[in-house]
Amino acid sequence: MMQNTENVLRIHEISKNLGGKAILKSCSLDVARGELKVLIGPSGAGKSTLLQCINCLIQPDSGEIWLNGQQLRRHDKKELCAFRTQVGMIFQDFNLFDHLTAEANVAVALRKVKGMNRHDALQRAREELGRVGLARRAALYPAQLSGGQKQRVAIARALAMDPTVILLDEPTSALDPELVGEVLAVIRDLARGGMTMVMATHQMDFARALATEILFMEQGVIIERGTPDALLAAGAGTRTQAFFTRLQDMGDESAS
Amino acid sequence: MDSLITVWNALPFIVGGSLVTIATVCIALGMGLVFGVPLAVGQVYGSPVVQRLVGLYVWFFRGVPILVLLFLFFGLFVGLGLPVEPFLVSCVVLGLTSTAYQSQIFRGAIQSLPQGQLKAARALGMSDGAAIRSIILPQALRLSIPGWANEFSILLKDSAICYVLGTQEIMARTNFVAARTHEHLALFAAAGLLYCLITMVGLYLLRRLENKTHIPGYSTGMN
Repeated sequence: MMQNTENVLRIHEISKNLGGKAILKSCSLDVARGELKVLIGPSGAGKSTLLQCINCLIQPDSGEIWLNGQQLRRHDKKELCAFRTQVGMIFQDFNLFDHLTAEANVAVALRKVKGMNRHDALQRAREELGRVGLARRAALYPAQLSGGQKQRVAIARALAMDPTVILLDEPTSALDPELVGEVLAVIRDLARGGMTMVMATHQMDFARALATEILFMEQGVIIERGTPDALLAAGAGTRTQAFFTRLQDMGDESAS
Repeated sequence: MDSLITVWNALPFIVGGSLVTIATVCIALGMGLVFGVPLAVGQVYGSPVVQRLVGLYVWFFRGVPILVLLFLFFGLFVGLGLPVEPFLVSCVVLGLTSTAYQSQIFRGAIQSLPQGQLKAARALGMSDGAAIRSIILPQALRLSIPGWANEFSILLKDSAICYVLGTQEIMARTNFVAARTHEHLALFAAAGLLYCLITMVGLYLLRRLENKTHIPGYSTGMN
């Protein structure tokens, strides 16, 4: 087996068909430590499917997934669970556990997966909630939190597992516009702190400012990839730039 | 006046039967809970074979009348050389029937939860077993309480039919006294009231359980 320790996460030629339709066609992606890869593209392009194939929430039909130089045997349940503890995931609609308080949401996997006792798990949970600015909301239930707060709890929940990589599936798309900023601020802090991340988003300004690489997807294929500067330079003539411009126009329209 | 005196005199005997009724219903409900939850989990998350088997079980126990099942299991107990104790046979039949109905209450509750709950648990590295125990069932069981209260009240009334085996519950004792005194109207009115009373208390307790386990801020549907 070839070892590539430079890349923390290596996705090699992942394909997925659903109902006879190719959702992902041979998608590959190498993520080095501390990088933020941003997936861009129209809805239905396969961004979410690709992210969920990386931690096998959707089992890919073919392809390889490598973490820290080790290939995941994705049909080995134990190995898959261990892999997932190292790969955090943030969902578009938060998916907080509705019956648990914010702190219990963060603590539950520490207890059930990492075997921590209740006291230590809750203490760690409160630390993580403090890190995303929610120390005073620890005892509230998801239904008592705003969308932005819910997503920050979800980020704290992922961080508590000490993940090697975090996958973010349009983390701000379900939020009211005024709540987007607080979530992006947390993600920005993570990026600056050196967290390795793969993120699907429509927040182009965020992508431009922070992405190490942008990957433009369409119909299940990564059709462009490069640094924000290269892809979004004036007159670059890339699909990414055209998409960016269109999103901006729509943003201006809805603002006026 | 005479009928009232008859009822008054028979009351301790009939009310004593309510203990048997309550015991039967509690045991059957408990059986239904203990077996119904795994059946529901099997039907939702199990392999196609497991799903088929659960479906078959539910089909049988929802399809055959309890009266038929009582005689069937009576015969079965005799055939297998088990102790033919009417109370035991009643509990087993009501328990197995309630298992079928309860499994469908739990199945509906599990399937009403957003898909994202299981996904999020898996994404954190939880095994499916841990996710079902810690994430899915605590929510599904809460959602099941109203349906479960319904099942309790139905089961309580169904338990009256166990008198055909000679189980000494409310109905059998009322019938026993009525056959000797011919005060059917007054006696069965009293028995009916007794069932109403037990239903009321049971539903009240379940309502309290529902409120107690309510998740703050959480509402389903039209609250």
